[in-house]
Amino acid sequence: MKHYELVIIGGGPAGLSAAKLAAESGLSSVIIERDFKLGGQLVKQTHMFFGSEKQYAKTRGINIAKILIDDCLKFPDLIEIRKETMVVGIYADKVITVLKNDVYEKISFDALIIATGASEKFLAFENNDLPGIYGAGAVQTLMNVHGVLPGQNVVMVGSGNIGLIVSYQLLQAGVNVLKVLEAGPTIGGYKVHASKLKRLGVDILTSHSIKRANGTEKLESIIYSELDSNWEYIPGTEKEIEVDALCISVGLSPLATLLSMVGCDMKYVSKLGGLVPVINEHHETSIDYIYVAGDVCGVEEASSAIVEGYLTGLIVANKLGYKHPDFENKQMDFLNQLTNLRSGPFGKATRDGLRELRDQYAE
Amino acid sequence: MRIEKHPILDFENKTKIAFKYNGVDVYGFTGDTIASALHALGIRKLSSSIKKKRPRGFYCAIGNCASCNMIVNDVPNVRTCITELKENMIVLEQTNKGELL
Repeated sequence: MKHYELVIIGGGPAGLSAAKLAAESGLSSVIIERDFKLGGQLVKQTHMFFGSEKQYAKTRGINIAKILIDDCLKFPDLIEIRKETMVVGIYADKVITVLKNDVYEKISFDALIIATGASEKFLAFENNDLPGIYGAGAVQTLMNVHGVLPGQNVVMVGSGNIGLIVSYQLLQAGVNVLKVLEAGPTIGGYKVHASKLKRLGVDILTSHSIKRANGTEKLESIIYSELDSNWEYIPGTEKEIEVDALCISVGLSPLATLLSMVGCDMKYVSKLGGLVPVINEHHETSIDYIYVAGDVCGVEEASSAIVEGYLTGLIVANKLGYKHPDFENKQMDFLNQLTNLRSGPFGKATRDGLRELRDQYAE
Repeated sequence: MRIEKHPILDFENKTKIAFKYNGVDVYGFTGDTIASALHALGIRKLSSSIKKKRPRGFYCAIGNCASCNMIVNDVPNVRTCITELKENMIVLEQTNKGELL
């Protein structure tokens, strides 16, 4: 059985960043990624990031992915990369099973960082399973990674940042965005993104949601309706609109199934996106050799996932006896960056969610 | 339908990749997944639901939701949204749970 000092599950922003800081500390690792490319969801993010320079602000997500991947490739002796490989089991005796090309392999490790990210939530409405109804992030991948248009006439459900940004990117690709429907009374995402859409003539309807999709083999139209203050459909306000694609952008859920499988203490914290592992400030779960970083322990921006990855890589290396030459300063810097990223009104949900989670840990 | 012109991204200089979809000769391009190549050809339905046989397209495009499972080179339940398109692949719509080989 092959042994690694550190196994990192997930080759997105958190996983790549963790591998880099581990390698800088002298700790070797393997990154296991189920896709055939690294970079996670950064590879489709054509917009420039906010935050500060340390999290690559003013750089497009696609270019941040390249930077993070190149950083890992600088340590060919310390970082091994396994793509198109899926982790299908984690066992209490520090062993995982991976699957590649129909072949199972067992791997043992000293420490494990789970950085599996999050997946898009779904929404319940009639005929929501018709082809042509996609996650907003999925459409972003289709357009920005593969250069394929989702359709000609699209409606976006949800006005959080992903809904707003993907609507703008649909317009950039030449697609008509007919409406953005927001069930709540106010627009969910940043005003700067909403204003860009409004200037281009896109209708953002608050207190409106989809009621039904129509079509036989694929999506042909949708019925949307106004909602009252209790989020109930108001009878008589239904309108039909012809579309060939519908994007659902109603939030993300942490991809925490591997953590549940191995028996980590989990808690449902709605402000962090759903079921998340109970962790301490070192990103350590209730099982002392299993760590987490990125959206899997609370849905935030990719910027936070990068810093969480750096912090976790640094801490795990130290725990395994590889102390970074600048450990104290680095740790302080990463913790400060996370505090800054979570400051302000848009960071409130994360701050509250983490407090709820940490209280659990203290018990 | 493919993006012709884009203000940020450049999709030029791609090489054609020939493959078979439900017995028909079709092609995609380098960088495609099986699902993206089919979508560009106008094919939205990739599989059927197991009991009611309702049509299914992809949903998540990250290999998580299983809605894009197809039979590729005789292997069922291939997640076509994260499987890179390769020359001469034989791709079939999947309408059941898949048969053991």
